[in-house]
Amino acid sequence: MNGPVILDRRSVLAGAGALIVSFSLRGASAQEQKPGQGPELPGSLAKFPYLDSWIRIDADGRITAFTGKAELGQGFRTAFQQIAAEQLDVAFEAVKMITADTKLTANEGYTSGSHSMQDSGTAILHAAAQARGLLVAEAARRLELPAETLRTENAAVVAPDGRRLGYGELVAADILHVQAQPTSPLKDPQNFKVMGQPVPRVDIPAKVTGGAAYVQDMRLPGMVHARVVRPPSYGAELVELDAAAVEKMPGVIRIVRDGNFLAVVAEKEFLAVKAMHALAAAAKWRESARLPNQNDLPNVLTKLPSQDFAIFSRNDSSVTGTRTIEATYTRPYQSHGSIGPSCAVAQFADGAMTVWTHTQGVYPDRQAIAEMLGMPQPSVRLIHVEGSGCYGHNGADDAAADAALIARALPGRPVRVQWMREQEHGWEPYGPAMVTRLSASLDAGGKIADWNFAVWSNTHSMRPGGAGALLAAQHMAKSFAVPAPKPLPLPEGGGDRNAIPIYNFPNAHVMHHFIAAMPLRISAMRALGAYHNVFSLESFMDELADLAGADPVEFRLKHLDDQRGRAVVEKAAEEFGWSRDRKAPPNRGHGFAFARYKNLAAYCAIASEVEVDRETGRARLVRAVAAVDAGQVVNPDGITNQIEGAIVQSASWTLYESVAFDDTRITSIDWQTYPILRFNAVPDSIKVHIINRPGQPFLGSGETGQGPAAASLANAIAHATGKRLRDLPISRKKIKDAIDA
Amino acid sequence: MARRLRIITGIAAVVLVAGAAAGFGVAWRPSIAAIAPPRPDTFNPDLVKRGRDLAAIGNCSTCHTVRGGGNYAGGLPVPTPFGTVFSSNITPDAATGIGSWPEAAFVRAMRSGVSRDGRHLYPTFPYDHFTNVSDADDRALYAFLMTRQPVSASPPANQLSFPFNFRPLITGWKLLYFHGGDVPSNVAKGAEWNRGAYLVEGLAHCGACHTPRNALGAERVNAQFAGGEVDNWHAYALNDTSHAPVRWTADALYAYLRHGWQADHGTARGPMAEVVSNLASVPDSDVRAIAAYMADISGAPAPDGKRPADAVAQSPPAVAAQADPAGAAIYAAACASCHESKRPLPYGGVDLALSTAVTSPDPRNLANIVLAGVGAVEGERSPIMPGFAASIDDVQMAALLNYLRVRFGKRPAWNDLDKAVRDARAAQAVSVAAREAPAESSQRGKP
Amino acid sequence: MITLKVNGQDHQVDADPDTPLLYVLRNDLELNAAKFGCGLGQCGSCTVIVDGKAVQSCVTPLVLLAGKQVTTLEGLGTLAAPAPIQRAFIEEQAAQCGYCIAGMMMRAQALLMRNPKPTDAQIRAELEPNLCRCGTHMRILRAVHRAARLMDTADAASDRSVR
Repeated sequence: MNGPVILDRRSVLAGAGALIVSFSLRGASAQEQKPGQGPELPGSLAKFPYLDSWIRIDADGRITAFTGKAELGQGFRTAFQQIAAEQLDVAFEAVKMITADTKLTANEGYTSGSHSMQDSGTAILHAAAQARGLLVAEAARRLELPAETLRTENAAVVAPDGRRLGYGELVAADILHVQAQPTSPLKDPQNFKVMGQPVPRVDIPAKVTGGAAYVQDMRLPGMVHARVVRPPSYGAELVELDAAAVEKMPGVIRIVRDGNFLAVVAEKEFLAVKAMHALAAAAKWRESARLPNQNDLPNVLTKLPSQDFAIFSRNDSSVTGTRTIEATYTRPYQSHGSIGPSCAVAQFADGAMTVWTHTQGVYPDRQAIAEMLGMPQPSVRLIHVEGSGCYGHNGADDAAADAALIARALPGRPVRVQWMREQEHGWEPYGPAMVTRLSASLDAGGKIADWNFAVWSNTHSMRPGGAGALLAAQHMAKSFAVPAPKPLPLPEGGGDRNAIPIYNFPNAHVMHHFIAAMPLRISAMRALGAYHNVFSLESFMDELADLAGADPVEFRLKHLDDQRGRAVVEKAAEEFGWSRDRKAPPNRGHGFAFARYKNLAAYCAIASEVEVDRETGRARLVRAVAAVDAGQVVNPDGITNQIEGAIVQSASWTLYESVAFDDTRITSIDWQTYPILRFNAVPDSIKVHIINRPGQPFLGSGETGQGPAAASLANAIAHATGKRLRDLPISRKKIKDAIDA
Repeated sequence: MARRLRIITGIAAVVLVAGAAAGFGVAWRPSIAAIAPPRPDTFNPDLVKRGRDLAAIGNCSTCHTVRGGGNYAGGLPVPTPFGTVFSSNITPDAATGIGSWPEAAFVRAMRSGVSRDGRHLYPTFPYDHFTNVSDADDRALYAFLMTRQPVSASPPANQLSFPFNFRPLITGWKLLYFHGGDVPSNVAKGAEWNRGAYLVEGLAHCGACHTPRNALGAERVNAQFAGGEVDNWHAYALNDTSHAPVRWTADALYAYLRHGWQADHGTARGPMAEVVSNLASVPDSDVRAIAAYMADISGAPAPDGKRPADAVAQSPPAVAAQADPAGAAIYAAACASCHESKRPLPYGGVDLALSTAVTSPDPRNLANIVLAGVGAVEGERSPIMPGFAASIDDVQMAALLNYLRVRFGKRPAWNDLDKAVRDARAAQAVSVAAREAPAESSQRGKP
Repeated sequence: MITLKVNGQDHQVDADPDTPLLYVLRNDLELNAAKFGCGLGQCGSCTVIVDGKAVQSCVTPLVLLAGKQVTTLEGLGTLAAPAPIQRAFIEEQAAQCGYCIAGMMMRAQALLMRNPKPTDAQIRAELEPNLCRCGTHMRILRAVHRAARLMDTADAASDRSVR
């Protein structure tokens, strides 16, 4: 991210008439602006303190808000628009949002870790509030009135005598090209009109009427269609290719080969698909991959060399345990399983590469693609366009690289690449397999006296930054090596995310065994290690509650000091109708779980009722009740939608999902071989209760449900069957075998 | 196997009259006194486990469980030409199930087709096979069933027209067609074969579907395993008249029954999918025994691992296309991408030259599968084939079937394809609403 | 050239008869709604309506479509004048990423055309072939119920106007 960024944002965005030509990226590194001295600014303002990185007002009154984050279907485009509209005192519809684009928006890294609200939402909140303050000040100057006497409404500053100055009239020179101040004139939440409301999502109308809503829907003039032929397995080498017949196929424009990278370009999409099949048949590969035994993963993982970190230690020798239990929990590799295979459009023209992509990080992916192509970063522009939901690092970045590499071979022509189903399933970087070992002791009073938690895991991010993260770059003749994996730093962590207990155990020790070797291609998947760690921790809490003869909810509360945590636990229990005797209908069980995502983001407690068919082992989530505290609520329906989705998706992961492979190849390559939840397993009801915290910081809620949903379900299955199942997925067969045992 | 035995309708008037007269003396059997349902913990857990495996071999749940109903709570409609018989509740519910049945009553029902209260049971309950089940196995089955969750559910009343609703007439049918001791025994064939014979002719009741029935609904003794029918599916011939392009071997049968598919034959679907899904969980030795016996029945060659040379041959595509150009175009566009993908079974489409559905004299199975496809099994790796019922019309269907028959079947064209297509559509409409996926995946295991 | 009837109009399409309908809709007719999800008939994101029935367009070649009426989501309504099913999905906010939603809507529409008052169980059974990965299922179910009510109201209204 070095070198100057020379951008003319005005010509891109505004056209004539805008008085504000300044842009916070002007003449500075897009990576990070130098903030002024003083206390750290809130959210992403800390890195990009200029207000006009976030809010732009044109002379004609048009208002634009910017985010470097990518809308992935979480709905934050709408939430950010609400924030900007609220703090600027304009109608919701008056704000236009611009999302991740290396030419237009700040470098906010990845859209990940439930950080969007916290980073970008917070920046927009403060930038908008300060912008309004500047507009009021400017109006006060012009009207020669004290600022305190002025109010704002509907995109204008209004004087007590009724005189109005529209925002467009007020913007002049560079009044928003100033650095943010540490404090902002935020509106009193009591007066919110837009924030806190379930404003309908701005992206949904196009999505339900056939509008162009996705990168898959892009059609540029002269666009051609490409398909990639991937190797049959990791590391396979293309040893023979007789492409003559494919080149002669009607409509085929070009075969692009670079080492082990192979693709075909055709005028029409289905011709490209046919040519891809023909090309695949004409290619011979030497395979060398040696994949581990998928039925012995826990052993394989724990025997690999690891770097061991004691990440938490608390000691109180005055408390000792009397009864000790231990348990091991495992998780297989799991797939993001996007419904739409990854897609990108790229165009190489006049020495510049433009890529439209559903990457989660336009800047890091630009860096990687520029390195792969040997181009300076400023000559490469990445524009985020929505794709199918990704839930982490799926094939998006790789498809963008594929498109760029192919487009370079066809200067001038836009190239659209979409992966095939088997490519998305077979080549995406999976959520890593994990092993956790827990032991704990109860004291004489039935409280946890000591707690030991150990987790074995790979890194949880192999996202781009360097070219080596991209498949195309790995497969090129002049290939880029996969960068060395690194553990993600605490306090957020990766494999150890949420490994540190939120509970007040007097003695607690947490070990992170970081495994550098990656038998399968892996990277970030929704919630990272928190999914399995919370599943383990919260399952084990139930095992300990059983040992103590205690009610699981009371047992948790007994160990929980965090007041906001207690509040969601109590709320979920109450709304669920949790009863101490846990009387469930026949064949049903009740389960409970709680976590605060990363111990930093949103709080979430979930109570579940599950039905288990004792003959078949089929478990079905019947109903779930969640309570969530995501700080100040911007769009309650957005949060509800995220938590509902987390519960259903986590149920699918937890009951069904594991990536299958043989000695050499990935064999989970479609929905036959990687089954996920279908409508016949959808719960009867899901209820989400939000505890709003007006004035408190935003806490991301996009991932907070994954872990609690899994543990709550597992605990309910244990309650229904009397059997504790610790190996994910908790499949029908495992449940049946446990019942029959 | 489900709604199978619908044909067991066997209570045609002639028989009934003759039978009623002849069998007057045995028309009533004594009632056996009701008991209070025994507590589940009074049964030996090992016995219960054995019963579980036997119930799977007997495919009990298929007929005695309906979608949305309790396990083994009955209520499945079994249509017959004489009306509809509903399967009974065999959970240990005292009032509506068999909770008040002592073991002796259960054994008598299995052995003789008589209810606890002395009424004769309709032979939709295949006691013509179950009579061969040993006392020990009956006891295990009893232990298993009596330890299930009791479900209070009364099946709807049978909808049989007079005189078929007159139960004593079943006596006549029994006199004519029901006799025990059908299990062949041959010491020279070895223990596995004899175990297979016991299972196949008894609890597994394979002949109930795979043996044709006479006009009176009884299995034709001189055509055992010559092919029957169930739910508008043709249950293929398993004897030496089998139309399988590659002859079945014991190993192939074992793999097919155990995993639900076999590379030389394809994937189980239709009613057979439920059978193999049950067999996925029973002892390996029993599946092997069934396979050994059935391979012998089919006159299987020694398993040398080779396919007969002509098995996978097919008519040249061009020749076949001449026979039905429309069908050829549909096959090339809609079928070939999967069925010629070279992806191995069960997730790739079977090479249709290996498919008995194409070589069978009866086109219904092929029609059924094209229309309905193969649905996903909940949460388990399992083959999916899209159904074409909504996109292919009857004329196109007939053309496609005709082409497949010529190209891959190398047999004379099927007659009356229009009717086969109509029947398949009707059956498909019924099955869409009918049942959920098999309880246990038949396709579990390695993808 | 093949003649294809889509959303009430005849289109001359220059494509081979083995071309799946999906590619023709997306590329030749530039319709966005039907999505490529698997190309194998396993996920339902390409679902359209052919002669009143839900069909997976990715496994439906042109050769099967002579003389048949194809309807896509675009043919039901527009942004300005959304059809009941579209209104229902907007009102229930029944999407996250939304990639599967067009297919869901078309399958639900086909159900509602032949069964205007489906039970919850019937809706679930009908939608079984269609996958959603975001976990928006609860909202989709609510939206289909709402669409049934909206259609009912619309019918009643038009009945009144006729009388």
